[in-house]
Amino acid sequence: MIGLHHYLAVSAALFSLGILGVLTRRNAVNVLMGIELILNSANINLVAFSRFGPGNLQGQLFAVFVIVIAAAEVAVALAIVLTLYRLRRTPNLDEADILKG
Amino acid sequence: MTPGSVVFYVFAAITVGSAAVVVLARSLIYSAFALLFTFFGVAGLYVLLGADFLAATQLLIYVGGILVLLLFGVMLTHKLYDLDLKSEVTQFVPGLVIASGLFAVVVLVAMRTQWAVGSGRPLEPTTAEIGRQFMGPYLLPFEAASILLLVALIGAAMIVRRRGDA
Repeated sequence: MIGLHHYLAVSAALFSLGILGVLTRRNAVNVLMGIELILNSANINLVAFSRFGPGNLQGQLFAVFVIVIAAAEVAVALAIVLTLYRLRRTPNLDEADILKG
Repeated sequence: MTPGSVVFYVFAAITVGSAAVVVLARSLIYSAFALLFTFFGVAGLYVLLGADFLAATQLLIYVGGILVLLLFGVMLTHKLYDLDLKSEVTQFVPGLVIASGLFAVVVLVAMRTQWAVGSGRPLEPTTAEIGRQFMGPYLLPFEAASILLLVALIGAAMIVRRRGDA
């Protein structure tokens, strides 16, 4: 029988892989993919608690808002990455150091 | 094993396996296409959890919107003749230590906690009820989300415009 714990374990694995991607990738677009993995893992948790919890829809409503935030986030983040690429000719985050004093 | 649990394990394996490819692949294009399968796997998990509306939304917005946007990002931040599209990995060992430590802690906490598991939601269509909630008790957050999307749209267009364009 598949219970809440199974979904929580999948979500934890997805979250850790997202953290790994954010920490180890140099390419900004790849870091964004890691952030998407993290948001998806949070969504799995919300929907799983909505299913196995008290039996209302609040978790799914929250998940809809998380998807909205993710769409807004990726649009603005890609705009920043494109501006950075135009300025420095690189998509790598560790070369974006022009704010350094 | 019941058929339901077999389906769960298949979707979980698709999700986690392609997420690992997203994180570990050498090529950005491989990462982007593995992300497609991760989103599909998550949508399958939503279906298993009885969230039919959310599964459709996941496919429409993540696969149709966010993934295409990320692919545009990949294409626009590389020179056209640069076909290999490599993405370098830095500080892999410390990152792996942190991520696996985090995974261990989260799984331990999730397994040990006595969650308040209630009666659970019956498996029934959710779309009508979600619409009713958005037009009722959640109207203010709903409108705030629409304003956020408008601000993000205008902000993204403002940020990428060239200096000097009015």
